[in-house]
Amino acid sequence: MSDTATMTDQIRVLVAKPGLDGHDRGAKIVARALRDAGMEVIYTGIRQTPDMIAEAALQEDVHVVALSVLSGAHLELFPRVVDACRERGITPDNTLFLGGGIIPDEDADSLKESGFSAIFGPGAHTGDIAEFVRAQVPALDRS
Amino acid sequence: MTTDTADAPHASLSGRLAELEAHLLGGDRRALARVLSWVESGDQRGREMLRALYPRSGRARTIGLTGSPGAGKSTVTNELAKSFRARGQTVGIVAIDPSSPYTMGAILGDRVRMTELYSDQGVFIRSLASRGALGGLSAATQDVVHVLDAYGKDVILIETVGAGQDEVDIAGAAQTTILVNTPNMGDEVQTLKAGIMEIADVLAVNKSDLPGADRMVSALKALLSLNPDRGWDPPVVRIVGTRGEGIDTLTEACDSHFEELRSSGRLEAAELARARQQITSLARANVLNRLHTESGEQRLDDLSAAVAGRLADPHSAAKAWLAEL
Repeated sequence: MSDTATMTDQIRVLVAKPGLDGHDRGAKIVARALRDAGMEVIYTGIRQTPDMIAEAALQEDVHVVALSVLSGAHLELFPRVVDACRERGITPDNTLFLGGGIIPDEDADSLKESGFSAIFGPGAHTGDIAEFVRAQVPALDRS
Repeated sequence: MTTDTADAPHASLSGRLAELEAHLLGGDRRALARVLSWVESGDQRGREMLRALYPRSGRARTIGLTGSPGAGKSTVTNELAKSFRARGQTVGIVAIDPSSPYTMGAILGDRVRMTELYSDQGVFIRSLASRGALGGLSAATQDVVHVLDAYGKDVILIETVGAGQDEVDIAGAAQTTILVNTPNMGDEVQTLKAGIMEIADVLAVNKSDLPGADRMVSALKALLSLNPDRGWDPPVVRIVGTRGEGIDTLTEACDSHFEELRSSGRLEAAELARARQQITSLARANVLNRLHTESGEQRLDDLSAAVAGRLADPHSAAKAWLAEL
């Protein structure tokens, strides 16, 4: 049916670090791994406010918002990013929210309640993250 | 397979598309973002939206920034955006980074230098992956610019992938092209070469607080003095992007170039050339896609084997493949 090359299924991911910790090694590793899995990764760097991340997610129309925090402030910061996104119409129905960092299991459960689809901690395989994204993205409401 | 025609210039959209168009024209940034995704992917919905929006474009000023990786294009783009915003003009930014030739994945990192623009609703930034295009842009760049233009952005800044010597598509895509140089990028022979050095309307020497800046500026000026008269002498502007130094001068240089284009009548000629270039490149892509059918691929396999085995020459094989159309 299509007579030009379409890349409608090209997955776009925002990788961002909210808050003040400057440890971006993990975020960069994940960005690189998702790139190698064929995704387009928008990397925004460190020290982002929830509003900055939400605005970037909006303008870039990403399928996935992937956040990394290593300072222990994830319970504070992650839900605030989801809230800032919701204010702009970006919700877990149309966008996949992923979190990464040093995150205890009980915290992961509470983050899932606030809209995160998965939390990846130390030792997570980057291949599993890419696989998870690929499996979940088709279910998003992108109309 | 449907065949596109050039008719229905005022095609009206229905349902969801009409709703999105209304939102977009009403200033809804999320509607704009979604339409840009469709346009970028070559989706049928994107083409319908573009057909509806295109008549509203043609008002924005377009400025391209090119230069080698690390020259400071993103930083200068950020500073230029601030400069236009300070005058009350709205800004769209299209920032292109390369796709992997192996996986088609990409890291789009230009936003890292633009974070101070995020909170300004008068700026809309879109990162694009080159998706296999080789000229420093992506195939959809022009269409993305058309949509930002129709949305109402006053100025659209287009940042190319880190360019080498031959990625010159930006010159056809933007009204004004800025080449961002840095000191110590090689000897003067580099400035004599054909290609990217020829397309600049404005030359910026970034990081000009570093040693070697004076030599770079004089090398560039010497080169430009040899140029045939094109009705415009590209200025060389010293800047320090990270400190915003020289940016006002750079903005003014872009203004002067635009004024010259307008007063000389070359603006219309450039617009015609741009249209012609986009039609031919779309037609080329269309022809190639029509060849990449199952039987076309099969024929290509056979012809490739013949060429590799020296049973046919490449030119004859290409001609034989085109007969598949």
